[in-house]
Formats: sequence, C-alpha cells, structure tokens
Amino acid sequence: MTSSAVRSPAHRAAGAPGHRTLLTSAGLVVLLAVFAIFPLVYSNPLATTYGFDALIFIAAASAWNIFSGYSGYLSLGHAVFFGSGMYTVAIGAQDWHLTGDAVFALLPLAAVVAAAVAVPVGLVALRVRRHTFVVITIAIFFIFQLMAFNFSFTGGTSGIDAPILNWAPGTYNDPFYYLAMVIAAVTLALSWLIRRSRFGLHLRAIRDDEDRARSLGVHPMRVKLGALVVSALITGLVGGLWYYFIGAVHPQSAFDPLFDLQLALMGFFGGLGTVFGPALGALILEPVQQWLTVQFTNDYLSEILLGAVFLLVILFLPRGVIPTLGERITAWRSRARDRSVSETTADGGAAPEAAPPDLTAPGTSAGAPASRTAGRREGTPS
Amino acid sequence: MPSGVALTVEGLYAGYGGGDILHDVSFTVPEGGITCIVGPNGAGKSTLLGSISGLLRPRRGRVLLRGEPIAGRSPRQILGMGMVHVPQHHSLFRDMTVAENLDLGGYTIGDRKLLARRRTQVHEMFPQVADWAPKKAGSLSGGQQRLVEFARSLMLDPSLIILDEPSMGLSPKVLRSVFDAVVAMNAAGKTVLLVEQNARAGLRLSTHGVVLENGRVRLTGSGSEVLDNPEIGALYLGGASGRPGTENRAGR
Repeated sequence: MTSSAVRSPAHRAAGAPGHRTLLTSAGLVVLLAVFAIFPLVYSNPLATTYGFDALIFIAAASAWNIFSGYSGYLSLGHAVFFGSGMYTVAIGAQDWHLTGDAVFALLPLAAVVAAAVAVPVGLVALRVRRHTFVVITIAIFFIFQLMAFNFSFTGGTSGIDAPILNWAPGTYNDPFYYLAMVIAAVTLALSWLIRRSRFGLHLRAIRDDEDRARSLGVHPMRVKLGALVVSALITGLVGGLWYYFIGAVHPQSAFDPLFDLQLALMGFFGGLGTVFGPALGALILEPVQQWLTVQFTNDYLSEILLGAVFLLVILFLPRGVIPTLGERITAWRSRARDRSVSETTADGGAAPEAAPPDLTAPGTSAGAPASRTAGRREGTPS
Repeated sequence: MPSGVALTVEGLYAGYGGGDILHDVSFTVPEGGITCIVGPNGAGKSTLLGSISGLLRPRRGRVLLRGEPIAGRSPRQILGMGMVHVPQHHSLFRDMTVAENLDLGGYTIGDRKLLARRRTQVHEMFPQVADWAPKKAGSLSGGQQRLVEFARSLMLDPSLIILDEPSMGLSPKVLRSVFDAVVAMNAAGKTVLLVEQNARAGLRLSTHGVVLENGRVRLTGSGSEVLDNPEIGALYLGGASGRPGTENRAGR
C-alpha cells in the first residue's frame, strides 16, 4: 500500500498543471450528466434501483476512503455509522409522528448523530494502530449490533418500519435517486478538497509514518478523529436515506458486516487513498453484486462470488485499478519520452544523462533527425 | 556571534531499562556554533540524542533549552521552543513530493502567508530544493534527500538544529556538499548540534567538540582542540589526526 508509484490523479504535481485537472473535471461533468439523464432514459424502477444503490455506495465508499484511505486506518466498522443513521431516521419518524416528505427533514439529524457516535468510537479505537485497530472496529461494530437487538427503543429483532410514501410507483425512485446523486457528488467534491488540503497532507503523513508525523508536530489524534467524524457524517446521512428507501430497519440490515466488507472491497478495487478509486469500485461492484443476487437467488452464492472477487482483486490489483492504471500510463509516457529523447540525441549529440529540464527545452527538439536511429549514440563531432 | 548557551545537559543518567547507558553526562552547546558529539560505536550517542529530543526520559539529570527544562514536553512544544531534530535515517515521506514534505515541516504554522514566506526563505537557502519541488522525495539520491531534510527542518525557523549522523551512507563527494549545507545553515544564524560517526570530518567543521566514551564525557573543547588531542586522535579518530602537518601516532 505504501509503494512509491503514482497514487492519485489529483496529486499536486507542479509539473502537471492545468490540462490534466481540466480533463478530469470535464470527465466528471460528463459523468454527472450521464447520471442525471439516466432515470429519464431507463425509467424502469428496477434500473433506477440499481442506479440508486450504486450512488449510495459511491458516497459511502468515498466517505470510507476519506478516513480509511487517506489515514491508512482500515475501518471494518463503518456500518456503525450507517446503522446509526438508519435508526436515527427510523426512531425520529416514529417518535415525532412524521410521515411522508417530512421524514426527509431528519436526514441532517442522521448525519449529526452518526458524527456524534464517531467521537467516542474514535477516541477508543484510534488509540491503537493497524491490525489492532481493524479488530477493535469489528468489535465495536458487534457491540452496536447487539445493542440494536436488545434495546427496546430500536424495536429489537423486529426493527422499525418506515412510514409509507404515497408517491406514484412509476417515479417513486426518482427523488431518492437524485438525492443520492447530490450526496455522492458532494462527497466526491469534499474528498477531492480534503485530498488537496493541508488536512489531507497531514492524513497522508500519518498513513506513511505516524511517528515521523508526530515528530513534525502533527497532532495525530486530532487529525484522525477529524477524518473519522467527516466520514461518519456522510455515512450516517446515506444510511438515513437508505432506510427510507428500503422501508424498514433491522439490526442485521443496519449493522451488516457485509456492508463493511463491501466498502473495503470497493476501496481496494478502485484504489485506496485515491480520490475517485472507491467511487469507481462502487460503480462497478455494486451493480455486479445486485445482478449476482438477482441471477442466483440463493443468497450465499452471490456472497461467495463477492468473496472470490475480493480474492482476485488482492491477487491481481493489490493497489487498485486507478493506481495500477496510473502507473502503466506513467511508464508508457516515460518510454515515449525516452524514445523521443534518444532520437534527438542521436543527432544533436547531447548526452541523455543531461538534466531533464534541458531535454524538454524547445531548442533540443529542433534538431530531431528524420531518420530513426533511436537508441544509438554514434560519435558525432561536437 | 552570540555568546549564550543554547542547550545545557546536566548530570544525565539514561538507558533503556537494562541499566544506564549514560553516566553523569554534562556539557553545553554554545549559541551560534556547531557542536559535534563524537565517540565510538556504543558510546551512547544515540541514547544522548534520544534524551535531548525527548524520545527517551532520562533517569536522572536535566536537559535545558535556553534555561528551560524540556522534560515531559510534547514534540510539538519542543518544536515551538525552537529546537528541531533531523533523525538519522531517511526521514522524508518518500511517496510525497518535496514540496509536500516542506509543507509538513511547517505543520505548526497556522498562518498561510508566513508559511509561504518561510518556503521562500528556505528555497533561497537551498535553491536545488526548489527545483525538486514536484519530485517524489523517494526518487532523490541520499545526499539530495539530506538537503531536503535540512530544508524541511528550517521551515519552523528554529534556533537549534540537531543533526543525527548526516554523513550516514553518503559518498565522500556528496558528504562534502551536505557538510557545506550544515556550515551554511550555521552561517545563517542557526546553532547546530551534530552527532557524527565520521568524527574527523565532523569535528573539522565544528566550533566545539564533545567526546563520549562508554557513556561518559571524555573530553570537551573547541573543534580543533579535540581534533588535535593526541590521545583522542589515537583512540577515536582511527589512529591518525586529521590535519596534515600535525601527524600524531602516539597511540601506536
């Protein structure tokens, strides 16, 4: 995870300004437009459900990445925040007798409650590192599931049903879909901003070497907890929306170990710690998983296949799609540059060991030969 | 040159739980100079630096930074008191760019303008570092990384810089440029405390020397005094004094 290759398309390389960022943002605008048009083209509720699921997981996986990807602290307990969001909306709607559209007003509360839950969770779990941290997050996760089963205000095993929305069945999914789209877009924008900010730099410093970061004066706990709270905030918000869409909350569905694994899988698949990797992972894996579930009505088979995908990712893309692709492109580019350099030097006699800035100077490429004597440096009088 | 005392070590006893490694170590680091701590392997140099930088809690004795004890302070507070420690091994974040590494050096600076100003100052002092800004720190050579580490340590405009074995793993030619950088930082008003395995090279550029042996201070004095001391030359500097013309092989 800490190898030296290109890590993110959005890194602040002073050498690659302007056009790359422009290209990325153009791509994103197109993608956003595609998402915005999607329900108009595929108005079938089955299709919009797929879309909604994908968007929810784009937001959740990106939120997970803001904490786990950037800080290197792998959380397998994010369902705690997701479930807290679900239960917040459920209990709020039940106790305050909210129905219909009014329930949506509870979404910010779901975010706040999840963020509030993250503070004590973080203060406990973030005292330990690496593997121990992962184990602690799993333990905390099960504590929350147990509480949901056993407290009376959560409805115990039977859970809480959501108030019924009397929207037209044909377009029922659309408001959910667009809300999820906005949340996903905002999450990605936030993730991008954090990655570029000093806060993001401090998170990466902690990921690379926490002790070294400490010796430079970084407050690791403050930075890690900050990231966890932001991450939990979004996860809780998404959970609240998910609850209303699904229409019920149960301890197993709110605090679902598969949810934790999915987020991690999406993160690893797309590229841990990259801005868009986890979103890409969600975009690919969530529909695949839905499809598998529909194809193989036996639940276990789709889960076994999900596990197989996880193994394949670890085997062949240990660092994820985006970092691997980035590496390939960089390697390909530098090969192309080497080729053009050796062409120029074959004629001009400039040593290839000369500093790279000289090689990109306009003057040197002017004398490029027409003949391809690439790679050979014959003694030219100089 | 100011004549105060930057750092005072008083009667230090310290170790790693298995008994003391340092025994009653006392010396001072004069303000504005380069002080070099030398000694053979196992003399306690690393233990001493650990105690000074706060990583290791001494069993007895005190470390005073400009008269203020530093025991029990956090790394952040110690940085705030104007002391920066450049550790022995590759201490840069290899996957980050040189520019990002510099920014991390200025972590405790809240003011963006001040941060930018410091960056400019550091770039003026080390122009090469400015050229390397977009490069991955891990892609630089050992000597270049040393310079970036120095540059990073300057981001907080410290008054005292502690360098742990800056010559480690460098070729003689590169070593020279690294030592030149040390002298340049000193000329810019920084007090330097240097720990060097390469005793002769370290003492030659230092104004003061401290010789450690078996956890005790064996000798202190000006750099050239220590360098020219026949006994020291024989015992710690590999048999011969470093200065041509003062060849001394008393130990043989």
